[in-house]
Amino acid sequence: MASKKDFVKFDKVDKSYDGKVLVVKDLQLDIAEGEFITMLGPSGSGKTTCLMMLAGFETPTNGEIYLDSKAISSIPPHKRGIGMVFQNYALFPHMTVYENLAFPLRVRKIPKDEADKKIDKALSMVSLQGFAARMPGQLSGGQQQRVAVARSLVFDPQLVLMDEPLGALDKNLRESMQYEIKHIHESIGVTVVYVTHDQSEALTMSNRIAVFNDGKVQQLSSPDELYEKPVNSFVAEFIGENNTFGGEVSDISGGKCKVKLANAEILANPISVKGKGERTTVSLRPERALINPSTKMDNLHKGKIEEVIYHGDHTRVRINLLGNPEFILKVPNSSSNLDIKLGNEINIGWNSDDARALDPK
Amino acid sequence: MSSEIKQILTTDGIPLEVSLKKAERKNKIKAFLLVAPLLLFLIITYVFPIGDMLFRSIDDKMVTQMLPKTFKAMENWDGQELPDEEVFAAFHEDFIKLVEDKREGKLSTQLNYTKNGFKSIIKKLRRASKKFEEGNYKEQIMAVHKRWADVEYWRAIQRRAPEFTGQKYLKGMDMYVNEEGKIVSVEEDRRIHRVLWLRTLEIAFFVTVFCFLMAYPIAHLLATLPMKYSNLLMICVLLPFWTSLLVRTASWMILLQQQGIVNDFFVGIGLVADDNRPEMMYNKTGSYVAMTQILLPFMVLPLYSVMKTISPSLMRAGKSLGGTPFVAFWKVYFPLTIPGIGAGCLLVFILAIGYYITPALVGGASGTLISNQIAFHMKSTLDWSFASAMGLMLLSGVLVIYWLYNKIVGIDNIKLG
Repeated sequence: MASKKDFVKFDKVDKSYDGKVLVVKDLQLDIAEGEFITMLGPSGSGKTTCLMMLAGFETPTNGEIYLDSKAISSIPPHKRGIGMVFQNYALFPHMTVYENLAFPLRVRKIPKDEADKKIDKALSMVSLQGFAARMPGQLSGGQQQRVAVARSLVFDPQLVLMDEPLGALDKNLRESMQYEIKHIHESIGVTVVYVTHDQSEALTMSNRIAVFNDGKVQQLSSPDELYEKPVNSFVAEFIGENNTFGGEVSDISGGKCKVKLANAEILANPISVKGKGERTTVSLRPERALINPSTKMDNLHKGKIEEVIYHGDHTRVRINLLGNPEFILKVPNSSSNLDIKLGNEINIGWNSDDARALDPK
Repeated sequence: MSSEIKQILTTDGIPLEVSLKKAERKNKIKAFLLVAPLLLFLIITYVFPIGDMLFRSIDDKMVTQMLPKTFKAMENWDGQELPDEEVFAAFHEDFIKLVEDKREGKLSTQLNYTKNGFKSIIKKLRRASKKFEEGNYKEQIMAVHKRWADVEYWRAIQRRAPEFTGQKYLKGMDMYVNEEGKIVSVEEDRRIHRVLWLRTLEIAFFVTVFCFLMAYPIAHLLATLPMKYSNLLMICVLLPFWTSLLVRTASWMILLQQQGIVNDFFVGIGLVADDNRPEMMYNKTGSYVAMTQILLPFMVLPLYSVMKTISPSLMRAGKSLGGTPFVAFWKVYFPLTIPGIGAGCLLVFILAIGYYITPALVGGASGTLISNQIAFHMKSTLDWSFASAMGLMLLSGVLVIYWLYNKIVGIDNIKLG
């Protein structure tokens, strides 16, 4: 598939609602054809605004959005041909499932037999054959969600927008729907722009994730890179669990830096620090630190166990380490008998490569 | 044996049903006592008056009780020719008693409702009856006035024999029972009620339409504007609602009269000539304008409450799926507002059909409604039974509309708030 790298292009887009505060600041974002991209961020970070601008319900205050190389700011929403799944599904409550799906086809004047085929196909895609005659009110939340997805895809749009579509579902259903949407995306190759504030959802589903905060894209990269290599402390904090040490760079050389904490010094990987004396926040994923490491690690410190919480497949251990009482460790509940007891002093080690010295908080 | 097995017992061995009833009895009594004042109130202020109205509208005992012997004697009369002496004697006996009680005036009024011309001949009969000799009353009564010798008048008396009558209802439809006992319409130029009924329906219908056309955009605006503006607008909608009906109607009189503000404005912008100011009051126009304005909130509020519940994302969904704004409105938004439209229209129509003060003040002769006629009979002619009959006809008309509405739209589709 000769996919276009900039199928959707946000070009220097600003958005302000009141002329005083910028909700979206100088957004530069390219979305490739066939990609599943997620806009992830806390509420108020501007991600939904971006989606609404793309759908045509909000106009950019400045800049331009291109869809397939065409500027779309002046095209009204109904002519953009973009499928959309809304937060509360927005199924038409007075129409049956069939009529809901037929709506976009009817307004496009597609002949009935062809429309029926498309509707059948769309319903089977979300495994809801036989539900055509039901009213949305007679369906469960998950089923309504599937109908909404089917409706957004039934007219074969090139681009589908999803605005927190799984927010109203319970946890188990949400997880299974995540896989289902992912599989639908894989099977039909449509471009999806997905908005969520749930990071595990984003990590599960996306090709790339754009982390939004304060109207700006903080980092745009694949899920693994986002998790393993956050470029700033907001991303490190927002995605997954994170242990931090605040300190000052005391030495930087050969791809490593020394960070001076209140009463110790640790080795870290300099990401956004350039020279000596800079303030920094060192970020370390909980699973990267080990208790009594068998291999040699260049950071090895003693900490006191403050809290032990059993989580089924793993145990969370809170340790007071180097003046940080909130240091979290995840220990797999396998056969190895580590001496994890409340109040014990244990050795904790990690590689300096995994400790990323980022911008100060 | 089998029933014993089926019966479920509580742990104490009491049958479950008995135990449940016992446990709930206290709550039931409490609930009943809480609604009892309202129930009593409804019975006193609603069930009782309507029952009384129904009774009054068909009650015709008055004459029956005034002329008991006459009607008894008339049982054998075939009504073809003048009744015989027996009837005349009985009538005389009844009449003398009425004169003693000074009630003959009432009789003449009552009989005059049935047939014109009784008033004067009863007066004459009263005077003459003082000199009547015993026996042969037929000759003596017939001699008082030639109408007493007319069989039509005796038939008219006989028609008042039943204790109950539906003739008030017929009168309300400009119909009556003629001499042959057939139901016929009154002459064309004396039909007043049919015109009024039709006009009432017409005005109520158009007022409903006007209210709907004006209220829909207002309600939509109210439901979609940000809170701080919609609150202000809501007050603008409700303010007239809180103002006295009389004051509002009077202000329309100031606005609409020929030397009024609206006419001044029309003359000012050159729309009409100063010496040719249109009459906008004391006719249908006045009723339309004032009633539409007064009933508008009753349309706005149900529409608003329904529109408030329609998620804005539905319109967005309609548009994003390719519907033009009009298609999205017509196929998605409008059908969802139907419960509100139904409630509003029903409310306005029912209120308009029984409207009284406004048409009485600004309606003039061509803009008055059936309720004004009812009031007229309540206050001026004192024909309460006729007023009751028309009131009940109005009520049954409303019930028919309600029934039709239920058939077409479904009453459970109504949403008042």
